[in-house]
Amino acid sequence: MTARGLTAPQRIRRPRLPRAPLVGIVIAVVAAELIPRSGLFPAGTLPPLSSVLAELCREAGTSALWQALGRTVRTWAIGLVIAVAAGVVIGVVIGLVPVLRAITASTVEFLRPIPSVALIPAVILIFGTGSQSGVVLIVYAAFWQVLLQVLYGIQDIDPVAMETARSYRFGTWATVRHVVWPTALPFVFTGVRLAASVALVLAITAELVIGTPGMGQLISVAQSSGATTRMFALVLLTGVLGVLVNVAFRFAERGVLSWHPSVRRAR
Amino acid sequence: MEDTITTEPMVRVTRLKKVYESSGRRVEAIGDVTFSVARGEFACIVGPSGAGKTTLLKCLAGLLQPTSGTVELEGTPVTGPPPGMAVVFQEYGRSLFPWKTVQQNIDLPLRQKGLPRPERERLTAEALTAVGLADVSRAYPWQLSGGMQQRVAIARAVAYEPHVLLMDEPFAAVDAQTRAELEDLVRSLWKTLGITTLFVTHDIDEAVYLGERVLVLSASPTHILEDVPVGLPVDRDQVTTRSTAGFAELRARVHRGIQDAKAGRQSTAQSIVGTAQ
Ligand SMILES: Nc1ncnc2c1ncn2[C@@H]1O[C@H](COP(=O)(O)OP(=O)(O)OP(=O)(O)O)[C@@H](O)[C@H]1O
Ligand SMILES: [Mg+2]
Repeated sequence: MTARGLTAPQRIRRPRLPRAPLVGIVIAVVAAELIPRSGLFPAGTLPPLSSVLAELCREAGTSALWQALGRTVRTWAIGLVIAVAAGVVIGVVIGLVPVLRAITASTVEFLRPIPSVALIPAVILIFGTGSQSGVVLIVYAAFWQVLLQVLYGIQDIDPVAMETARSYRFGTWATVRHVVWPTALPFVFTGVRLAASVALVLAITAELVIGTPGMGQLISVAQSSGATTRMFALVLLTGVLGVLVNVAFRFAERGVLSWHPSVRRAR
Repeated sequence: MEDTITTEPMVRVTRLKKVYESSGRRVEAIGDVTFSVARGEFACIVGPSGAGKTTLLKCLAGLLQPTSGTVELEGTPVTGPPPGMAVVFQEYGRSLFPWKTVQQNIDLPLRQKGLPRPERERLTAEALTAVGLADVSRAYPWQLSGGMQQRVAIARAVAYEPHVLLMDEPFAAVDAQTRAELEDLVRSLWKTLGITTLFVTHDIDEAVYLGERVLVLSASPTHILEDVPVGLPVDRDQVTTRSTAGFAELRARVHRGIQDAKAGRQSTAQSIVGTAQ
């Protein structure tokens, strides 16, 4: 009956550098260096990794790069925040009211699969070529990811937990805050992670296609001016950005969901 | 007001009937149940699996709307979960919130009651001490054993200071040793706090050991077969009480009641059909 050591979850220290992913990275780096040198592709179209990295280091010294990166991240973040807020609020309301769920189900199924990229011409017509067009596209694409996950999360609510809340006379707000939200949270995190990736894709796409300032536009300019190495350096940077975003969300998830079975197991 | 309350029963169930109807399937879970429980009484409800025990309890708790009949708590008809009632669910593990610590799980219902913080802290600490879990208040439920989780669920109900405590087969999923411990815990909580307790079980021995009274339910559509007063002494002990002649006699009586009902089921079923037509 003693329960010492139960009060705080124990963290098991894992080896700092797991070996398998490291091997994968080495193979990828070697391939990225050797394939461009193999002569399989026309000269000058695919620079080897070493020159791309060197170019990236040079670019890192210019303010133009950081300005573009800042613009892209800003568009991405604004769009993502709006999409997540709307997805969560609308998701919770729809999820908790069966009538609304029934009414919206078919509409959601119709609107969700429309690729946001297909909406670019329409968005330009309505919102012009400023950065708000990028934000609108991001919101549209990311919203569905969040909404769908929130709906799944609400379906996952344990009826016993719900009855417990009801029998202890929890009000609507207390029920949402202490039962609905914690159950949906792991799903919200998945939704936000998916939304963040989609949002980054659309932020870059919008800049590439519409030409609003940002990483996408820099890439497009580099390509049209024949600066292939620079173009790949920029592409590499967007990739790094995507990885960082994903890692950051995974860390946040671990911290917030320490009680959840998936995180408990991972400890 | 005070003197009327003392004379009227704590819980009064009148001609309760519950029919589940869903997509063409019609299950008459509770046929016709009438009984009342006095203030401070410990009543056990026994019945075979599927007898409608959980259904009955949910109707009492205001979680389920009866098809007909009424439930009254302290003279007030129950239409939704009433303030003076706490429920310990059959699925205790799922009824505790895994994202809250033990302490928070107990505190949350008290916050809904609008109690001030010092009061809540006192009630939580007292309840945890009463169930012998004062040292795990900051653990999460999933870090505890099944028996400990069930204690937390009981502590949460007790801290709520209910007038009526409903328990639905709370010890069905724990081992015999833990079960005996928890039975004695519930008995002693009832003795010290005087909460009117309705304890649902399918175990006849448990019902006789715990209750001051045993209500025997038939298989569904449920009605009350027997209402057996348990004349055992208030202070009970797992070994001595269970080996007394009085205990054996009561157990035999409840058993016989259920057997008689099984034997006579054909005729009663027919008579029910007959009256319905
Ligand atoms: N939500 C429901 N919808 C339809 N029928 C139900 C529902 N809940 C219970 N029933 C039916 O009502 C009857 C009584 O069920 P109930 O859960 O009340 O029994 P119980 O006595 O608690 O059983 P156990 O001892 O196994 O817990 C059963 O025949 C069951 O199939
Ligand atoms: Mg049951």
